[in-house]
Amino acid sequence: MKGSAAKATKAFSMPEYVAIKPADFNNVLPRLMVNPGDRVKAGTPLFKNKYDERLVFTSPVSGVVMEPVRGDKRLIMEIPVKADKNLVYEEFGHHDISSMNAEDVRLLLIKSGLWTYIRQRPYDLIPAVDATPRDIHVSTFDSSPLAPDYNYLLKDKLVFFQAGIDALARLCGKKVHLGLDGSTDNNIFSPVKNAELHYFKGPHPAGNVGVQIHHTIPINKGESVWYLNPQDVAMIGKLFVDGIYDARRTIALTGPEAGKPAYMEVLAGSKLKTLVEIPDQGQHLRIISGNVLTGDIVSTEGYLGYYHHQLTIISEGDYHEFIGWAMPGFKKFSNSRLFFSWLFPGKKYDFDTNYHGGHRPLVMTGQYEKVFPFTILPVYLVKAILAQDIEKMEQLGIYEVAPEDFALCDYVCTSKTEVQQIVREGLEMLRKEMS
Amino acid sequence: MKGLRKYIDSIKPKFRKGGRFAKLESTFEAFETFLFVPKKVTSSGSHIRDSVDLKRTMIIVVVALMPALIFGMWNVGYQFHKAMGTSVSILADFWFGFQAVLPIIVVSYVTGLAIEFISAQIRHHEVNEGFLVTGMLIPLIMPVNIPLWVVAVGTAFAVIFVKEVFGGTGMNIFNPALVARAFIFFAYPSEISGDSPWIFGFDNNLSGVDGITGATALSQAAAGHLESLPSLSDMFFGFIPGSIGETSKLAILLGALILIITGVGSLRIMLSTIAGGVFMTLIFNLIGANNYMQIDPLTQLMMGGFMFGTVFMATDPVTSSQTASGKIVYGFLIGVFAILVRVFNPAYPEGMMLSILLMNTFAPLIDHVVVQNNIRKRLKRLPKINTNVEPK
Repeated sequence: MKGSAAKATKAFSMPEYVAIKPADFNNVLPRLMVNPGDRVKAGTPLFKNKYDERLVFTSPVSGVVMEPVRGDKRLIMEIPVKADKNLVYEEFGHHDISSMNAEDVRLLLIKSGLWTYIRQRPYDLIPAVDATPRDIHVSTFDSSPLAPDYNYLLKDKLVFFQAGIDALARLCGKKVHLGLDGSTDNNIFSPVKNAELHYFKGPHPAGNVGVQIHHTIPINKGESVWYLNPQDVAMIGKLFVDGIYDARRTIALTGPEAGKPAYMEVLAGSKLKTLVEIPDQGQHLRIISGNVLTGDIVSTEGYLGYYHHQLTIISEGDYHEFIGWAMPGFKKFSNSRLFFSWLFPGKKYDFDTNYHGGHRPLVMTGQYEKVFPFTILPVYLVKAILAQDIEKMEQLGIYEVAPEDFALCDYVCTSKTEVQQIVREGLEMLRKEMS
Repeated sequence: MKGLRKYIDSIKPKFRKGGRFAKLESTFEAFETFLFVPKKVTSSGSHIRDSVDLKRTMIIVVVALMPALIFGMWNVGYQFHKAMGTSVSILADFWFGFQAVLPIIVVSYVTGLAIEFISAQIRHHEVNEGFLVTGMLIPLIMPVNIPLWVVAVGTAFAVIFVKEVFGGTGMNIFNPALVARAFIFFAYPSEISGDSPWIFGFDNNLSGVDGITGATALSQAAAGHLESLPSLSDMFFGFIPGSIGETSKLAILLGALILIITGVGSLRIMLSTIAGGVFMTLIFNLIGANNYMQIDPLTQLMMGGFMFGTVFMATDPVTSSQTASGKIVYGFLIGVFAILVRVFNPAYPEGMMLSILLMNTFAPLIDHVVVQNNIRKRLKRLPKINTNVEPK
């Protein structure tokens, strides 16, 4: 795919607005702890979760709270904060991790709001504040299309990353599992201590944390494994070392329509308008917060997703193609060899959002299995979800997966089945059944 | 192109709900998507999608069938002129066969597609592409002198009772093309049993002309006339009487190559089916109780519809096993049963057809065993890890 980011980072510039979108989290209903017009610092609580009020979300920026944007049934969609010129932080104090116990670490993470950067399998959501994981797992590389290279992003922040790993190891009482890219020789993460290193090699989804957990120690019913993005680990490290919630992160601006793809330092939840310039030529473009396989659609008025470290811009594929199914297809990329493009491996393509066909019942077999490196039978799991058969879902291993693991199934499906959406529904069904 | 697109957009509203031709919505959509790939864009899940769709997949299978079809047309002419004791040019043979085969194809497509369109409209679905392949397979497994009305009845039966009743493309349990043939085989046995000559323009009584029996290799073998079997090379290249598409193993292998390279057909099933056939034949060779049991494996593979069934029928993704290991078992058993039926029941010379249909029935069972196996493995690792956790 065309449009990978050049290895140069644009310096940090303060966005006009920063927002948290409750829709980025599963099973979170916000109860506001501030009023519009209140002044907040970076690290001041903005809202808590109605389902579990101990879980607080803090502001990534200092500034003035704006009127929340509401959607259907007055559901809060966005909580924007108008940013100050300069960041002011809440002080959480310096900490020496080696003298802290698990409880201290836990309390600090909850208080600072950084607990919300931890997510768990099964169910793919923020873990309960009093839960203990079986393991904590961090994947230090992203294998999805045009993904940022964390070896580059974190090369100056390795101290903080190490501190974050130390804190997490303290929290769960054992070494953190670290998934490393086995295809590069100079991996900056290989000297990391307090961690068990696992090397993974191969095409996407080798960098997916779910795949890595599966090939380290798979998740069984009743167990939970927590995972974090490496940049968020460094952020947690900074919290312990410097005592502040510093939400600055480096993201990759990518995609065939991105103009000049590059890295840039931004705040989590920044408004996109101030980040990217969209060439307005009446061209239909789609801005994706995240990567093309799992990201969310956003407009220029929208904000960067909470867990996203990448922006991708591709063109909307809303065109008709004359008898496209009969053309030789030299310019069409396909995972199959049904188009002549398979004769030219390594070529880069402009992807767009066209479906390239209509929705059909499942006909072809063996397609998902090729892009799904689990000892799980994906088609049978998907069918169990469609049939709402909870017992079958458990038996077939739904505890190990999250929708992102099925992203490539989504992509390759001849019948254009929405596999990720089905898996998300299955997980929600299971969670409601279990709670 | 643009003009055509504009025209389609302009007449579109008439086919929408409330429009004058709302009853033809599925039909309209079928033609529209035939001409233009829809402009629908992704809204959830992965933002980019593979260029492949079912239309493309199906059309590749049809392309893979072309060598067998073209050779079959030529062979129809060749067999006719051979029986007449004359010989004409290759083109003349082909033209003769073309005229004989085309009506069968047309009847098969028209009957099947009409039913597909009607049922798509009843369900308010888009018309599915599955019949593109079925409609081509049906003529290829018919003898050329089949009456057209029999083709129509067989196709209609298969599409209605084997496909649409189960929910259409992707939902059927049995391969519709094979059921069409099986239906004709049992309902109109005199038209298709393989005892009478399968040469265009000859009915049963004329079969003795010039000492040419016109019988297929299978019926010869079933009758124990091993000495009158065609030579191996004739069977491989296909200069023998038989169903239209099955005679030339070379053409079938060409098709197989297309299916394997594109990944549409399962190599796993093809190989395991052949392995199953060879395995069973070798067992019979060991027993050797009658003439038929002594036929060597290669001849068995070359006779009748074994190769055609292996490449185009057994690999049907809808009716075969869906799991990787299930496919091996499934293919192997098809091979075994095909030879078993051939040798033990001379009343049904074509064991391949019955064998595949039989295994279609068992494919879900095979998959069930594989799935249960997967579940058992997952359950097994549960106590092992839990004991590791407990001491804490």
